[in-house]
Amino acid sequence: MTAPTQAPAEGRTIYRRPLLLSNPTTYCPGCGHGIVHRLIAEVLEELGLGARTILVGSVGCSVFAYDFLRLDAVESPHGRAAAVATGVKRVRPDKIVFTYQGDGDLAAIGTAEIVHAAARGERFTTIFVNNGIYGMTGGQMAPTTLAGQKTTSSPLGRDVSTVGYPLPVTEMLSLLPGVQYAARTSVSDPVHVGKTKAAIKRAFEIQVEAKGFSIVEVLSTCPVGWGMTPTDAMHHLETDVMDFYATGVFVDRPKGIAPALPAPVGPASSPGGCSAAAPARPPSKMAGHRVEE
Amino acid sequence: MTVLDRPAGAERPHLVASPPGTGGEASPVPDRVLMKGNEAIAEAAIAAGCDAYFGYPITPQAELLEWMARRMPEEGRAFVQAESELGAINMALGASAAGARVMVSSSSPGISLMAEGMSYMAGSRLPVVLVNIMRGGPGLGSIGAAQADYLQATKGHGHGDYHVPVLAPSSIGEAIELVRDAFILAERYRTPVMILADGILGQAMEPVTPGFKHLDPPTPDWSLTGADGREPRSIHSLNLRAEDLEAHNDELQATYREIEAREVRWAGEQLEDAEVILVAYGTAARVARTAVERARAEGLKAGLFRPITLWPFPSDALREAARGTRGVLAVEMSAGQMVEDVRLAIEGAVPVFLHGRTGGSVPSPDDVVAAARRAWATTEPARREPATTRTAAMSLVKENER
Repeated sequence: MTAPTQAPAEGRTIYRRPLLLSNPTTYCPGCGHGIVHRLIAEVLEELGLGARTILVGSVGCSVFAYDFLRLDAVESPHGRAAAVATGVKRVRPDKIVFTYQGDGDLAAIGTAEIVHAAARGERFTTIFVNNGIYGMTGGQMAPTTLAGQKTTSSPLGRDVSTVGYPLPVTEMLSLLPGVQYAARTSVSDPVHVGKTKAAIKRAFEIQVEAKGFSIVEVLSTCPVGWGMTPTDAMHHLETDVMDFYATGVFVDRPKGIAPALPAPVGPASSPGGCSAAAPARPPSKMAGHRVEE
Repeated sequence: MTVLDRPAGAERPHLVASPPGTGGEASPVPDRVLMKGNEAIAEAAIAAGCDAYFGYPITPQAELLEWMARRMPEEGRAFVQAESELGAINMALGASAAGARVMVSSSSPGISLMAEGMSYMAGSRLPVVLVNIMRGGPGLGSIGAAQADYLQATKGHGHGDYHVPVLAPSSIGEAIELVRDAFILAERYRTPVMILADGILGQAMEPVTPGFKHLDPPTPDWSLTGADGREPRSIHSLNLRAEDLEAHNDELQATYREIEAREVRWAGEQLEDAEVILVAYGTAARVARTAVERARAEGLKAGLFRPITLWPFPSDALREAARGTRGVLAVEMSAGQMVEDVRLAIEGAVPVFLHGRTGGSVPSPDDVVAAARRAWATTEPARREPATTRTAAMSLVKENER
């Protein structure tokens, strides 16, 4: 299955379909899921992992990912992919296991599962596709929806005074020692698509080395849910969305990259507890920071 | 009597020598050990080759989790204390999909949380053994023993058209056997199977025979191993097209009919000449057995019908047993749940009565005898001779080994 396609005798192959991609996807025009699927297929093929990889699906537009990726796959209840992946990886530690989750799935109903899988340092990878909306159910507000953004369940725009601010999941997870790699990327243009592929590759390499949990949050589009043309959606992604959500590598512990833990501001109490355990305690840089790529 | 102890740091369940003169010290493997129900269930699962256990602390099943926390790593098997019962059942889903033999356990409120995953596992045809050590409800209820989850267990925990086989031990020794049987059923039919016990069975200590039975490793031909040299497999319950989902449901229902035809289990005591039959399972059956003895000592011919599979309910056997009696009395630690299946089974042939206690209260044998007397007094004499084909429970274990 993974044998490379032979190049024609009179020429060389410039581009071919990744071997681990099967059917054409059924995603809407301008949706980013197809790009992310292709990147995963390319990375697994390049790393030679396809024959020992298990996909843990989720609920949302990507629920049929097992129809598009030529991988063994199991479906999860909404939000539970990180727990399902924990079960798979614990009994098959020699396999490569990853979850593919959207932001409604991971950042709302699945927060407990993802936080604790990350805290335990489970040795699987999460590909977290964030388009700031519940796409499959008709474009409702998600925890990741931008302030002021109109959705079918925030028809006047997201009012942060009543529903709060978007949830920066990757920043939150970056604080946990079990997280060996965490990055946020985008599919807004070819340069960022390339960076996304590099991040996905690094995340799987971390898993191959059995270091711990790795996650790549991919900022993506939902033209239908956002009420935009595909072109306008891409423009919105590279402006408003990427202005709010910093892209870059937050954690790569094998390379010594990790954010400092927040420290108390003001008079410190007696030494002890988590703060004392932290190696260095400069003032927090977590709020709205942008990590250099 | 030898006591099975577990001192901190012990590598294996530790057999403490019997006091001198009791005879136990002569034998390296005692013929009987004293074990707590939760711990016996856990050790039985380990002996049966359970590859992975996932749980969350809740009274009165916490010792099961604790036993697994120590023993599973010793055996090099998977153990995770999950962040919630939702986490635990979904870890089980993943491990089962990957072909492992898996157990989860909880008590009533936790089982409610697991209901979602049970529906998905039933829909995805994934084997797992779930243990419910029932406590009082509804809500947070109490930590006392109860049988108030009968309807939840037998009529469906989560959404959708499905059943899971439910096995109800009434002693710790029986629980040990049923754990192994539960794994057999789960893998034979690719379904979740529930062990339904109550807080007394979880917490009490009883003498049991050690030497838990081994079960050969599962050999699923459907599990996820990575699509190496074969077509990829997907395990899912989603079937968006009506005809696809109906075909899938037809397949599930055919499996349930097969289970109903082949796996019904029950036990009968003193049914041959019984005028009033007591129907009870689990701890309530222990009370009912005492009540039958007292009633007979006082001249009332009572008998005990004890369902072991609650789903499938032994309806045919109960109807046959009840034929010609004056009436049937359901004894439950609930406000009356199993009695609904008793009525369905009896089909109005004889009157059906209920004696139930709730909230962690246990019926007393004397109250049960009094209820049986009332049932006797308000019913007509037997209309014909009781059926003679009363048989004791067929052993599923023997059936499985055939």
